[in-house]
Amino acid sequence: MADPMKIRAQMKGDVAEVRILMGHAMETGQRKDAAGKTIPAHFIQSMTVEVGGKKVIDGQIGTSVSRNPVFGFKVKGAKVGDKVVVSWVDNKGDKRTDEAAVA
Amino acid sequence: MEMNVTRRTVLRGAGSLGALSALIMAGVLKPTAAYAAEWNKAAFEAKDTAGALKGLGAATTADSNDLMLKVPDIAENGAVVPVDVVSKIPNTSSIAILVEKNPQPLCAQFDFANGAVADVSARLKMGQTSLVKAIAKADGKFYTAQKEVKVTVGGCGG
Amino acid sequence: MKQNFIGALCALAVMGGAFAQTPKKPAAKPAAKTAPAPAAEEKDAATLEFEKFRAEMEESNPAELFEMKGEEQWKTKRGPKNVSLAESCDLGQGVGKVEGAYVKMPRYFADADAVMDAERRIVWCMVEKQGFKFDEIAAKPFANANFTPDITNLVTYVAGHSRNMKIAVPLKDPKVREAYETGKAMAAYRAGPYDFSCNTCHGSDGKRIRMQNLPNLGTAAGAMKGVQGWPGYRMTGGVMLTHQWRMGDCFRQQRFPQPKYASDAIAYLLTYMIGNANGQVYKGPGIKR
Repeated sequence: MADPMKIRAQMKGDVAEVRILMGHAMETGQRKDAAGKTIPAHFIQSMTVEVGGKKVIDGQIGTSVSRNPVFGFKVKGAKVGDKVVVSWVDNKGDKRTDEAAVA
Repeated sequence: MEMNVTRRTVLRGAGSLGALSALIMAGVLKPTAAYAAEWNKAAFEAKDTAGALKGLGAATTADSNDLMLKVPDIAENGAVVPVDVVSKIPNTSSIAILVEKNPQPLCAQFDFANGAVADVSARLKMGQTSLVKAIAKADGKFYTAQKEVKVTVGGCGG
Repeated sequence: MKQNFIGALCALAVMGGAFAQTPKKPAAKPAAKTAPAPAAEEKDAATLEFEKFRAEMEESNPAELFEMKGEEQWKTKRGPKNVSLAESCDLGQGVGKVEGAYVKMPRYFADADAVMDAERRIVWCMVEKQGFKFDEIAAKPFANANFTPDITNLVTYVAGHSRNMKIAVPLKDPKVREAYETGKAMAAYRAGPYDFSCNTCHGSDGKRIRMQNLPNLGTAAGAMKGVQGWPGYRMTGGVMLTHQWRMGDCFRQQRFPQPKYASDAIAYLLTYMIGNANGQVYKGPGIKR
């Protein structure tokens, strides 16, 4: 099962700063293991961020994003208490959704 | 509970997500208004920057000083290169980030809606010293900014 | 004679039991005071460039993912005895208390009759309180690309609860002082094919290997550089590694045999280094190159 994300969302002025940590191997499919066998690609392909029930970010990701990805976004018009929902799906169909509230 | 499933995926019942689609059809999960766009295979699997740009529909781009790309001159570690892209170009609807010399240059692409500011940060893998490119889309036009990041090897664990 | 003793202790670290030995009386007298911190070190362009991005890297550190897992493991009933560490493990601040515990270790624990660093203490709790087998923990003590041991998550969680607190190793405790002195002698002990000691690289100011400045662990500021950021998320490989791992890696770089996991020897070296950093502010689990 996929590991939980860590989501932080904080108002700075009239903008909510959303920081997301995801636990994922982000295997490129280019690496070989000790036995010389190619390690199959395994990476997050898409992600969405919703704030206050509205989708604000629709993202697509490739193998060049670092292992255990970190993303930062800024959202205008959010307010303290708004629910932040982040979801991702990877190339094997694994997926994860986590929530936080704007602080 | 996972709820953000693409309607298109559901309709097509695409291979790897077949089980998920079955769950949705069985009414266990239901898609919400948050439809994720389908993964742009052509762009992400392109082996060079030109191919990736073509895949993004951005064959022609213009340089812009209103598109700011913040990356280190030298990466402390090529496995984790911090990148920040901010677009001041009015009506920026999307930002993409590429590493020219990576085997698959396109790293990520983000569409903005409902108040999202055209300001994203991420961390990238870089196999070697390379140009990093940001591409912004605004009113159907594409703009670009780029900067070289040197990647060093070696050293101990701190 | 001191050399022989330390050599024997190092060998003990490699082959000996995990919790068994107490230190022999060290020959040296305690040092009056650690040397003053060096003047501001010179920084090259690359180092300055790295530092520009440091705050951002630290602000969103994947180490937090491991803290989250560690918290869950700390609070969950586990092991053959089905108890949680939260209800059974005393890190020196009372059973289950994690706040500020990390910066006050190594310390002497009477129940184990040993000076223990944080990782060693948590392992001790897992074995004594939860019933896990030491040998099984010690067989795979550190993370790799496909595996993060529970102990790493737990240490990261505990360390996260000493964020922005001052290092306060209880050096006035005679047992801790003894460990400190033994650790100090070990740091100066030269051995191996290259005749290295810890102090060869980390015993004076202004040394470096390639891009890395090497801290002088004999000074408070220098010692803190060896403490800060551990446990740390290592960018290379994207794995979470502990201070115990880092000490083992120093042994490797000295071409010494690998020290025994959670042993006296590592506890003594950590007592010396962390004790020297007393009064410095610990910033919590870090991110390392």
